Formats: sequence, C-alpha cells, structure tokens
Amino acid sequence: MEDRKRIVHVKNLKKSFGSLEVLKDINLDVNEGEVVVLLGPSGSGKSTFLRCINQLEIATAGHIKVGEFVITDKKTDINKAREEIGMVFQHFNLFSNKTVIENITLAPVELKKMTKEEAHEKAIALLRRVGLEDKANAYPSQLSGGQKQRVAIARALAMEPDLILFDEPTSALDPEMVGEVLDVMKELAKGGMTMIVVTHEIGFAREVADRIIFMDGGLIVEQGTPDEIINNPKEKRTIDFLNKVL
Amino acid sequence: MIKIIQDYGLMILQSLGQTLLLCLLSLCFAMVIGLIFALLNVSRNRVSNFIGTVYVDAVRGVPLIVLAYFIYFGLPAGMKALGAVDFRLTALQAGTAALSMNCGAYMAEIIRAGIQSVDKGQMEAARSLGLTYGKSMRLVVLPQAIKTMIPSIINQFIITLKDTSILSVIGFPELTNMGKNISGNTFKSLETWAIIGIVYMIVIISLSKVAKKIERRLNVGR
Repeated sequence: MEDRKRIVHVKNLKKSFGSLEVLKDINLDVNEGEVVVLLGPSGSGKSTFLRCINQLEIATAGHIKVGEFVITDKKTDINKAREEIGMVFQHFNLFSNKTVIENITLAPVELKKMTKEEAHEKAIALLRRVGLEDKANAYPSQLSGGQKQRVAIARALAMEPDLILFDEPTSALDPEMVGEVLDVMKELAKGGMTMIVVTHEIGFAREVADRIIFMDGGLIVEQGTPDEIINNPKEKRTIDFLNKVL
Repeated sequence: MIKIIQDYGLMILQSLGQTLLLCLLSLCFAMVIGLIFALLNVSRNRVSNFIGTVYVDAVRGVPLIVLAYFIYFGLPAGMKALGAVDFRLTALQAGTAALSMNCGAYMAEIIRAGIQSVDKGQMEAARSLGLTYGKSMRLVVLPQAIKTMIPSIINQFIITLKDTSILSVIGFPELTNMGKNISGNTFKSLETWAIIGIVYMIVIISLSKVAKKIERRLNVGR
C-alpha cells in the first residue's frame, strides 16, 4: 500500500454547526485506487465528513488535502479542486431542466475540459457503460431512481475525477434498484477508481471495500479490512451497530 | 359615449401608448433591479443579504404615490439645495424611476422565492462538478426558478400596468390622466371613466392571454 500515491489526506478535521460539534477529530489517508467505505449510525458525521472533502461544508478546523489541492486553504481555487473530486448524492440531484446527455456534458463543456463533440462522444460512451445509452435524450423526471443514480455516476465520471465521493447512493432507491447502482460502483472499483462511499449496504462494503471506517459521534471508532471490521470488530460500538444492521 | 370616442379616440390611444411605454420601460428596469436584489438576498454573504433586505423593505414600505412625489418633486429640490440648480426630471423619467423601484422590490421577492423553491441539491450538484456559483445559478438554478416564477411575474406585470395610473399625479400624460382631461372638458364622467376602464381591461386581458400561452409553451417537454 505504501508505494501507492496518497490522494486524500485529512488531519484533525473538526466541523461544528453552531454549538453542535458534528466532527470531533477526523484523521484519514486514502491512497490511489482505494475504496473506502464509511459505516456508522445516523448522525455519526459520515455525510458531513464526505461533504467537507469537497467543501460543500466548510471545515471548522483541521487540514484536508486532495491531490495537489489543500482544500482547507482559503487561497485554493475550490472550483479547480472540485473538478478532480466527483460526487454522487443520495437524492441524485440531476439537473431537472436538462436532458440526460446535457446533464453529463454541461460541466466538461462549460469548464472547457472538452469540446462539445468530445463531451458528447464521451457522454455516450459513459451512458453505454452504465447501460443507459437509449436514455440520452430523456429528462430526469422520465427515469427511475436507479437510472437517475446511474446517470449521476456518469455525470461525475465525465469530469474524469481522481476521486469520487458517494453519499448514501442507494438510500433513496427502491430495493429492487439498489443492485443496478451497486453493480456500476463495483465495476468502477474494479477499474481502479478511488472512492469514498458512505453507505448502509454491508454486503457492498464486504465485497468491494479495501478498508472500512466505522464512525460514531463524530469520531473514527475503528478501521480495517472488511474482514476485520465486519467479522471481527473490536470496539463495543462497532459490535452494537453491526448487530443492529446485520 | 360615441361622441367622446369620436372626439377623443385618437388621444386616448396616444395616452394608452404612453401608459404602455412607461409600463414597459419600468418592467425592464424592474426585472434587472429584481434580479440583482434577489441574488443579493439569496447569497451567503451577510452584507449582501442586508442590502437586499433593506432595499425591499424600504421600497415596499412606501406607497408608490409618495415615492413618485419624492422623486419628481423631492429630488430636484434636494439637488437645488446641493447647488445643482439645473437638475430636472421629466415626468417620464421620474415615473419610470418610481415604478421601476417599486416593481423591482416586488420582483426581487418573486425571484428570491423562485430561486429558493429550487432544491438545494441542484446547486450542490453543479458546484460539486467545479462550476462556479455564478454559472451554477445561471445554467441550473435560474432556468428552473423561472418556471415557478412566471405566474407571479405576470401578475406583477399586470399590477405595474395598472400602477401607471398613479403617475397621473405627477402629470404624466398616460391613460388615467387623459380620462381626467376628457371628463373635465366634457362633464361626462360616467361615459369617460367607463371608456378608460374598458381600455385598461382590454389591454390587460389580452396581455394575460399572451402570457398564458408563453407559460404553456415553457412547460412543454417537462
């Protein structure tokens, strides 16, 4: 693991909303190609942590570095940094005024990463990859939840990010659609994409994660391989949580 | 009644033209004013929020007629006191200023509500891709906000069109002012005001019909 490039470096991260301290002291390094799954009960700070990494939430204290970008430095051009950090949301957040293909091409074209033609070609390829090329001209409102989330993943991929953050990508889906989204994510993981995933899908974590982080009360309680965390958890809080969800 | 129409028909149409001119000018400025103050209001910056709130509260807190008097009579008097003796505003300039400011404040509230009706996730998704706040607003949020805003904007247009009548008090030769002149000349109040009322009604009803069509077209494909 040591010979791989470190992509995310988080040190002593703290985040408060008013008097409520959501993240108390988070330290985490993620290497290139690694799939890290964040587990933990609701309110443990998983999503907030994820949102701090691309500054959708501004850290109260601490240090976050993604690739070359020091996210916590005010002088950093956060928009440039975000081009390298994809994000997939629980509620998909597809642009409802745009078609599927426009959703995917908007950012690469606007940010001059690609010409219109290149972006279009790339978008079609991505749609093929997530099995939705026939939906290119549909509006988000015409898609099922699972389809929306696959488009959202394609949209994130279109920017060719170094890292993708998944914020409970399957929590808003009907059970029968969870599989199709997880399949796309598994394929991504196999392709070497660096991913940080907040999820409640223990099966996915077991199968795909290189490392599982268990969070509770704004702290990382325990971390290790899926086998260590799911089959042989050491901390009482981890055991209690797993007993409830398994 | 027919005699009034024969004698004054052309003048009524001319004054209607003035009404529409004043209304259109004011609406254009009001859209710009409204957009600016709405954006100030929804931004995360507290100073901008404050400026936006103060403008809307101040202008909404003053009756249009007072605002018109203030701009038409008050400002030149103030400028004179400051030494700018030649400062004068035409009734059209003062009327447009008053109406734009007034309508702009209401428009700001309509646009603000429209922007806030768009799911927060839309802005977050756009930002997460690396788009700036401005681009996200322009390409993603505003186009969605406009759709919900349209009925309220049309309503505000109609209110503004009728509010032009208030500017008869500063002598602007619009429709209501013409009504005053005609009834003064002919002593036929009933007929005169019936005609003036009907003219307003025809214009407003046809405008709302056009607006309904635009609204329907914008909703196609969603």
